Amino acid sequence: MTDTHGHHHEDEHAHPQLGFWRKYVFSTDHKVIGIQYLITAMAMAVIGGTLSLLMRLQLGWPHGSFPFLASLMPKAFDSQGHMDAGFYLSLVTMHGTIMVFFLFTAVLTGGFGNFLIPLQIGARDMAFPFLNALSYWIFLLSCVVIFSALLVEGGAPLGGWTAYAPLSALPDAGPGQGTGMTLWITAIALFTASGLMGGLNYITTILTMRTKGLSMMRLPLTQWSLLITAVLGLLAFPVLLAAAILLVFDRVGGTSFFIPGGIILGGKLIEHTGGHPLLWQHLFWFFGHPEVYIVILPAMGIASDILATFCRKPIFSYKMMVYAMAAISGLSFIVWGHHMFVSGMSPFLGSVFTITTLLIAVPSAVKTFNWLGTVWGARIQFTSAGLFSIGFISLFVSGGLSGIFLGTSAADIQLQDTYFVVAHFHLVMAIAPLFAAYAGLYYWFPKMFGRFMNETAGKIHFWASFVGVYCVFFPMHILGIGGQMRRIYDPLNYAFLQPQQVLNVFVSISAFFLASAQIVFLVNFFVSIWAGKRVTENNPWKATTLEWETPCPTGHGNFGPELPVVHRWAFDYSPPGATEDFLPQTAPAVPAARQH
Amino acid sequence: MSVLSQLRRRGSILPPPPTNYDGGSGDSGGGSFPLSRAQLGMWVLLTAIIMLFAGLSSAYIVLHGLPQWQNITVPRIVWANTLVLFASSVALEFARQSVRRNQPAGVRQWMAVSGILGISFLVGQVIAWRQLVSAGVYLSTTIHSSFFYVLTGVHALHLVGGLVGLGVVFQKAFANKLTAANYESLKVFSLYWHFMDVVWIYCFLLLLLA
Repeated sequence: MTDTHGHHHEDEHAHPQLGFWRKYVFSTDHKVIGIQYLITAMAMAVIGGTLSLLMRLQLGWPHGSFPFLASLMPKAFDSQGHMDAGFYLSLVTMHGTIMVFFLFTAVLTGGFGNFLIPLQIGARDMAFPFLNALSYWIFLLSCVVIFSALLVEGGAPLGGWTAYAPLSALPDAGPGQGTGMTLWITAIALFTASGLMGGLNYITTILTMRTKGLSMMRLPLTQWSLLITAVLGLLAFPVLLAAAILLVFDRVGGTSFFIPGGIILGGKLIEHTGGHPLLWQHLFWFFGHPEVYIVILPAMGIASDILATFCRKPIFSYKMMVYAMAAISGLSFIVWGHHMFVSGMSPFLGSVFTITTLLIAVPSAVKTFNWLGTVWGARIQFTSAGLFSIGFISLFVSGGLSGIFLGTSAADIQLQDTYFVVAHFHLVMAIAPLFAAYAGLYYWFPKMFGRFMNETAGKIHFWASFVGVYCVFFPMHILGIGGQMRRIYDPLNYAFLQPQQVLNVFVSISAFFLASAQIVFLVNFFVSIWAGKRVTENNPWKATTLEWETPCPTGHGNFGPELPVVHRWAFDYSPPGATEDFLPQTAPAVPAARQH
Repeated sequence: MSVLSQLRRRGSILPPPPTNYDGGSGDSGGGSFPLSRAQLGMWVLLTAIIMLFAGLSSAYIVLHGLPQWQNITVPRIVWANTLVLFASSVALEFARQSVRRNQPAGVRQWMAVSGILGISFLVGQVIAWRQLVSAGVYLSTTIHSSFFYVLTGVHALHLVGGLVGLGVVFQKAFANKLTAANYESLKVFSLYWHFMDVVWIYCFLLLLLA
């Protein structure tokens, strides 16, 4: 291993010293921007998570009285302390929106993407550093705008994160559909602009700035996943923007793109006529389905690399892992109709979408078996990062299997808009990526801050979270098969749902348990930044990729005067004949001690 | 021998063994990419713009298929505007030719001509809107008119952005920073400017063939 002390000074030579503000706040350094993304997204996660706890409070005890919360949010509760139904719907919208965009998209591509891309490809920074900084600041602005939707008169929008028209197209359709919905659209447009700037950087940087010897098929899987994700974002987000432009014109310009004739609002026939509400769904889901892969693909890449590190084995079938990710992203553009099986779409088209959707099971299974092949026979090191990457596979499989039911139109028509769907997508595209993000945070924390996170707290966090998420989301399958509707405000309203209310209570209690486990993480994270065990070497996990050639924390400019030269792929763990159980990508020739 | 190396011996799907790992495939990484950073960045941006207009025009095609669709008459001046925009691209090509021949005065002149023609196109589009308004065809009159205003408007916004870019390159031309050896910014800009022609012709055809 290279020494730790010499490097730091060399880095500072390459770039002049900057003041506090330029170094940590208005920085164009990709690592600072990455950490800014991570911490902003964490704040959004706390907000989005709190909203979900409020929802669970209502679902567990629908007729409960919460005088304390009522005193905090007088408009959201009535005088007896019961939650307002409209407020509940705005919680649904804001929880979904915040988590999908402002947590998962932001933390995985914005956070890890910015931090890791130059480090893992052996570059000093992104291709367009200023654009990168601008991307973060626009993202922050979009966070502020979406959060303000909770505070304005009328509250947040009611239509869910999918903002279905015509509800979203008519500002008078409900209390949150006026200012709240306008802020929602503004935030999403800003987020799209920020994401485009990020994606432009990721694609250009990975394709043109790889260091000598780092061919595409030697990239770590994290880099492949970030590249494919950036391409997905590039193709999907502009379509959402197009839909949002048309929606804005419907709301303020009097157009009728999404509004059919004959709607009566407040006792009066509206003037709009001629539009098509399903058009919004098509445009939204053309974006929306790739969006879930924008969330899951980087999670797959991160989990794959961390898994190989802690299994001390090469990832099983690297090339197929890359091809599978490419196949998943290609298929993601021709499956959107499976979100619309009950929308009145042609049943023939439904069958087509069923077939394309089930095709996704093939590359997903390839990936799953390759992960199992990686774990098989390995001497696994159960670090917190390793545990979370294994947990990712468990959750991806559990959530993915129910996707096969939902992708089949015949089964989906029964299960559509029930808690079965809620269980499915939370496991597969929310909790699984969350676990991969946790794995990444425990793993790269030393590289970010020069200290370790506490391992004991990390393991408590893992086991409590792992048990917690299954207690929260597994019973939801049963609730859904039993008929509990998605976005329902009061399950006790329906006789057929009353017998299974005990499950709702169980889920709610589990949700509070799960949330308290995340407090362990937050405390560990922030305390470890200043008080964690110091890292004394460049490569504490004995990993192969290029970021571990740099000191912890990495200085400005990343590498010393010379950029590293790559001689091998990223997965030389336990190579036969080597003296150590790994060979870094920079290890030049055949190790001397080889015997065959 | 480990299971792993046994599998490798059998020539399975596992990656090759770490023998002959002394420099690799001959691929020198990023240096081999055929486009410059700025050019690739521009193509990425253009891809996003393609998808934006693909989204808008797929909405157009879907709504066009509905029975309640009502056509408007596209103002004649739009034909003239189209020619003006095309001429603007031609002028930009003359600017490129001048830079290749090391004629800085020619670069500045042709870029100025291109910019003026671009602005003329925008003025022409505004006149087209005014003509529609005076004929009583507003944004909300029919879905076709809505699309006319939205598509021309979104395209015009991209042209305004392009004019800002033109200003930046023009400044470089004035500072004599564009040489026959290096006129990357002009290359990248003309990619965008010509592309906006293509987008316009696509939108125009879409609106005409209603």
